[in-house]
Amino acid sequence: MSVVEVTGLRRIYETSTGVLRRRHRTIEAVHDVSFSVERGELFGLLGPNGAGKTTTIKILITLLLPTAGTARVLGIDVAKDPRAVRQRVGYVFGGDRGLYERLSAWDNLRYFAELYGVEPERQRARIQELLEMVGLTGRERERVEGFSRGMRQRLHIARGLLHDPEVLFLDEPTIGIDPVGARALRGTIATLATAGKTIVLTTHYMFEADELCGQIAVIDKGAIVARGTPADLKSLVTEGNVVEIELYGAPERVAADARRLDGVQSATLEERGHVQVLVVQSATDVDITPAVLACLHGARLGRISSREPTLEDAYVALVSGTCPD
Amino acid sequence: MSRLKRLGRMPRLVLVVWWLHLRMLAVSAFGGLMQIVWPLIFATSALLMFRVTADEQVLIYATLGAAAMGIWSAMATTASNMLQAQRWAGTLELIVVAPTPLAVILLPIALAMATVGMASMGATLLWAGLVFGITVPVASPVEFVLSLVVTVIAMALLGFLLSVAVVRYRTAWALGNVLEFPGWLLCGFLVPLTLLPGWVTPISYLLAPTWGMAAIRESAAGGDPWRALLFCAGLGLAYAAIGGLISEAVLNSARRHATVSLT
Repeated sequence: MSVVEVTGLRRIYETSTGVLRRRHRTIEAVHDVSFSVERGELFGLLGPNGAGKTTTIKILITLLLPTAGTARVLGIDVAKDPRAVRQRVGYVFGGDRGLYERLSAWDNLRYFAELYGVEPERQRARIQELLEMVGLTGRERERVEGFSRGMRQRLHIARGLLHDPEVLFLDEPTIGIDPVGARALRGTIATLATAGKTIVLTTHYMFEADELCGQIAVIDKGAIVARGTPADLKSLVTEGNVVEIELYGAPERVAADARRLDGVQSATLEERGHVQVLVVQSATDVDITPAVLACLHGARLGRISSREPTLEDAYVALVSGTCPD
Repeated sequence: MSRLKRLGRMPRLVLVVWWLHLRMLAVSAFGGLMQIVWPLIFATSALLMFRVTADEQVLIYATLGAAAMGIWSAMATTASNMLQAQRWAGTLELIVVAPTPLAVILLPIALAMATVGMASMGATLLWAGLVFGITVPVASPVEFVLSLVVTVIAMALLGFLLSVAVVRYRTAWALGNVLEFPGWLLCGFLVPLTLLPGWVTPISYLLAPTWGMAAIRESAAGGDPWRALLFCAGLGLAYAAIGGLISEAVLNSARRHATVSLT
């Protein structure tokens, strides 16, 4: 039996605007999503913002009800027996929120230990153990309002593990953390996976999923567009060559025009700070650079570089719908 | 964990949640001061108005009413605002997905609010004595203290019922603000219910503080507070029962309509 089994999951949100003339709208955040996670697996759910990752996680942790389909965690239906699910899963989300600012780290953990049913006689030892694991020993009596984002995130992880859950859901845990803090956090997640925890991780950082996950599902516009091991996904784009062209003032249609050229497998225009980068993937035996340079619609040219495709290229190609078949 | 064991842990859970929420409220010196000062401003206005009568009984009536106003304000407005603040802080999601029943977590949060209200009540009585020279004679001290405690708990249970609504509706916190001033009239804190239109009476009778206020006044005057106290306690228990019964249904509705979190 899989630890997490999701079958044909759908979630529709209904919104309304206006005062006198109410306009109702429905948004399908998750559409026919199916996947399973095995015991001890670190499963990555990847996708851009608004892809449906958080909605899927929130259904699995019983915060939302699905509109259709089923979701089971440890064989328990999340819609039918939410309390049984809650006792056996942990949930950690990224960002500043989710902690009591005016309480110390210790009191935050004490509070949630009580709510999550940790035996009173075990609470002190468990909190100390977790503080040590996330590297917050010595800071536990300080109020959370003075914590950096990285410290808060580590405290979140400790909170999510208080009741020693069998399954841990991590929703973009490294979002907004500096590279050093994010690396330390990834180390903690890897340690948990090594210890045998089943982990479902959502992220939009491809390298993070590549580093941590055994299985990945790429979700876009509420639907899963690809799944497999990181190697499987890489194999979608390992053939060929990638040319990156820095541009200034390029119109959106540049990417579409590049896609129409012979030998081009995919093309996307990305904003990277003040510069735009046209990323074009082509077959290895074709030099597409001159043809691409001829259709820049007067955009100012910066550096041009060539490299082999990466997992990130696979991800971008998948979510932009330009992945080669 | 067995059902019996879970039930056995409830008192400790209620105590810890109450204590930590009380600490959160107390840790902000400014916030804590406002909880005391704000009711004093209203009490002062009321006492200045009633002072023109020069009738000592009327002033005692107003002092007791003004003291109860502080608790009502803490319960009606602060309780619902605090739950909304938890929604903003992202902690409401964590409370909802905890294995502990939601009602068991919300109840001590409301009790923490009521405790703050008790402090404002004490401050108001002290203020009335020091600034206006009004001393409230208490003919039956035991009944008086009991009436106070039961009234505060009943108000906390009303706050608990309101907080269940806040979990379901994102804008229900406004309900608390709307109830604050009408509550002063409806519960007869400052004006006897007999002066209000007849159609208001049934509404007043459904509010536990109406009976609690009557019990406080009766016990201070040496009358019989027991009937009023019984109604106050009964209504408080009814609020708790309704809140407890509907909380899971409300939570399911919140899960269906995605109203627990902001994102």
